[in-house]
Amino acid sequence: MNATNKSAGASIDIRKASKRYGKFVALRDLDLSIRPGEFMTLLGPSGSGKTTTLNLIAGFTEVSSGSLEIGGKSVLGLPSHKRNIGVVFQHYALFPHMSVGRNVAYPLTLRGISGAEREGKVRHALDMVKMADFAHRYPNELSGGQQQRVALARALVFDPPLLLMDEPLGALDKKLREWLQLEIKRIHRELGTTFVYVTHDQEEALVLSDRIAVFNGGQVEQIGTGRELYDNPATLFVGRFIGESTVLRGKADIVGGDTVVSIAGTKIVASGKISGQAAPVILLRPERAVLHRPGTGVVDGENRLSGIVEEAIYVGSGSKYDIRLKDGTTAVVRSPLGAPEFAIGDTAEIVFRPGDVTLLADDASADITLT
Amino acid sequence: MSALPQTDNQTAGERAAARRLNLRDAGWLAAPAVLLLAAVLVYPLAIIVLRSFTEPEPGLQNYIWFFGSSVNMAVLQRTFVLSGWVTLASLICAYPYAYAMTVVGKNLRLILILCVLVPFWLSGVVRTLAWVILLQDSGVINSFLRGLGLSPVKLIRTQLGVVIGMTQVLLPFMILPIYSVMKGIDTRLLQAARSLGAKPWRAFLQIYVPLSLPGIYAGAIIVFILSLGFYITPALLGGPRSTMLSSLVQNQVLSLLNWGRGGAMGVVLLVATFILLAIAAPLMRQKHTQTRREK
Amino acid sequence: MQLSSRIFLGLFCLLVAILLLAPTLVVIPMSFNSNKSLAFPPAGFSWQWYDNFFTNPEWLLSLRNSFMIATVVAILATTLGTLAAFGVTRAAARTGGLLRAILITPMVVPGVVLAIGIYAVYLDTGLVGTMAGFVFAHTMLAIPFVLIAVSASLEVFDRRLETAAASLGAGKLTVFRTVTLPLILPGVLSGALFAFITSFDEIIVALFITSPYLKTLPVQIYSSITRDADPTVAAVGTLLFLATSFIIVAGLLIGMRRGRT
Repeated sequence: MNATNKSAGASIDIRKASKRYGKFVALRDLDLSIRPGEFMTLLGPSGSGKTTTLNLIAGFTEVSSGSLEIGGKSVLGLPSHKRNIGVVFQHYALFPHMSVGRNVAYPLTLRGISGAEREGKVRHALDMVKMADFAHRYPNELSGGQQQRVALARALVFDPPLLLMDEPLGALDKKLREWLQLEIKRIHRELGTTFVYVTHDQEEALVLSDRIAVFNGGQVEQIGTGRELYDNPATLFVGRFIGESTVLRGKADIVGGDTVVSIAGTKIVASGKISGQAAPVILLRPERAVLHRPGTGVVDGENRLSGIVEEAIYVGSGSKYDIRLKDGTTAVVRSPLGAPEFAIGDTAEIVFRPGDVTLLADDASADITLT
Repeated sequence: MSALPQTDNQTAGERAAARRLNLRDAGWLAAPAVLLLAAVLVYPLAIIVLRSFTEPEPGLQNYIWFFGSSVNMAVLQRTFVLSGWVTLASLICAYPYAYAMTVVGKNLRLILILCVLVPFWLSGVVRTLAWVILLQDSGVINSFLRGLGLSPVKLIRTQLGVVIGMTQVLLPFMILPIYSVMKGIDTRLLQAARSLGAKPWRAFLQIYVPLSLPGIYAGAIIVFILSLGFYITPALLGGPRSTMLSSLVQNQVLSLLNWGRGGAMGVVLLVATFILLAIAAPLMRQKHTQTRREK
Repeated sequence: MQLSSRIFLGLFCLLVAILLLAPTLVVIPMSFNSNKSLAFPPAGFSWQWYDNFFTNPEWLLSLRNSFMIATVVAILATTLGTLAAFGVTRAAARTGGLLRAILITPMVVPGVVLAIGIYAVYLDTGLVGTMAGFVFAHTMLAIPFVLIAVSASLEVFDRRLETAAASLGAGKLTVFRTVTLPLILPGVLSGALFAFITSFDEIIVALFITSPYLKTLPVQIYSSITRDADPTVAAVGTLLFLATSFIIVAGLLIGMRRGRT
């Protein structure tokens, strides 16, 4: 399990997979490919189908239709205990009647590994999660974070080519969660195993993943690296789910290849245009805009939107402002240290270039899902 | 260790079908127990019902005989009356006892629970023998009364003796359900009632007792139903004037070999039991959810 | 509570406790009676009734019969009852509720009615006075106790542990053997104990299906009581009481030790 003995990760190919529970459709024609050794996060709100997808891969449920291949072989109908996949659960699922050491040895015993080889592997796995001193303890004597580290060791001790994690840090407090995220990332780097990680926490997804699949309504909306999803969201849902953003809506016209949207009486230019029939909306990231006092620092070609400062929060690396526009929209702007500062009630102008915003098709369902 | 385990010759579809069959319904696991029940409970009861209508010849004569005989009616009435007294006596003993179990400290509670469970450790027949020893004319209770200078009381072979013995045997079945409900009652409700101006006894009667009703219903129905079918205790402690229905059934079948009449009595007992259960079951359930909500 | 009602409640509970314990308190001294009489208090002290029990082949044979029947019943009822408990707790809610209601009916059917029914069937099938006859009837009577004990354990058992075990490579039977069974074992064992005691103590059905060649201990006790005033019965009662107390106390201690680790 050291760097020279990397177990090759398995690839996953899901094609046109659907899962229905009676009338409820949990997954709708899902397509998802995961590369060997990749850290893939399935991200989405609850009920979006991410956990169902994980359960399909693990073999806890079966697809209603479609295909599922792991390492290039179909695993349809193959029960979970024959899939050789490590799974880490949110609720730890350590066996309360076995010591930490016996918990970790359990999958090895099932595979007929015994004696010194088993001892060695157990110790190695516990070392990896820094729990070697706890081998003789029982799960109820451990904290939540310690239990989850043991669960991780147990899921990895048999060198599975694939590790699934279902919101493994969901029950832990923030500090511990952040520390364990780094630990998981380190272990992934050391092992080369394919990791599939389910979470509803987009920050966690950004910290951990090579790529992120954003789920919504039983389908994947977009797959990409964190940067791709943040900078170039394919849908309004993805844009709003990943990171902070302000959505600007108004009457739109196409002028010379660019889109001009009229917001609270001000014409805002966004580069390019969207295809399709839907109305375009503008997605503005908080750090892509700067705040100016009215009429100052005017540069030709920049958009300016006037509003009243509703909230001003000092966040160390700068300040975060909520600006209320004339049409009632609240825009979020982060300004770095050294930028002009504003107090609540001040009038400010939000300034950004046409190329710094994203144009997306309007989608009312994104609002419903996210609130 | 890198490759996934090789799949065997079955196709994926076949494996899926086989698995679905296994998982279809866990209820099948109960099948062996249900089969045994059918053979040693349902079938025998069906035979008894059948014989009550067919022996010695088809018709209702056994029921006409049973309901037409004043002796039988007296026994039937006595069975219900005695069961009622046993239920009442058990309730009176059990309620304060169960309440005490909820308010005392941990060690004392252990002792009180032990007192409820220890009687079970004594063989049932031996326990009845002990009541013979206690109740007989020269028994413990009468020696005690004589020691106090009081005149002895006839207890053995009387209805009072039967009620005392049955109450002792059935008391745990009353105490335990009441205790388990009382344990869940939030006593802060009593404090709340007191703070609103209710006197202690009033608060107890208006708040606590209604909340403990599900336990009372459960205990009372169990004790009453078990009383109706009691056999050994009345047979050993009772006399001719305290015969209960079970003894008549036994007498008809074993001594008189009259399966039809014995069967008809048995059916009456069985039907009475199930009617009581049918009435009581929803009563207990409904009250139960109510307490939950009020908690 | 006011002091006066406290005292009243205390005295009342003392009386109830005496009522509950009275039979036990009477039987134990009676077993050391030196006279062949059931008059209380016993006269003198002797071991003769214990001696009588251990030397009288009739008593020993009935003890052996009861022990054998109860052992087989405990094994059978625990197996069937545990399976049924899985069925009841894991079937769809409606099926499960129905199954449970069916399987606990032996507890409420009046003993004599059941006894004459079984007697009728056994007369036809030649099962009267046979071990098999006792085993069938007692197993049926014991299943509800096992069902209740095991399903109580199953209801608090975290089924997600089974999913976890499957993901680690355990097949259904291995999951049961290594995860489920060890965790519900307290329920299974107490079910087995209840089943054993139910059979060992059963008298009503036994009185009907017994024969001069096959008597169980309760039948022997009953006929001894109805025949004459023989304190041997008290000695038997005391021995059984001690044995039961020992098993239960041992079980509690083991349970407490398991709970600590």
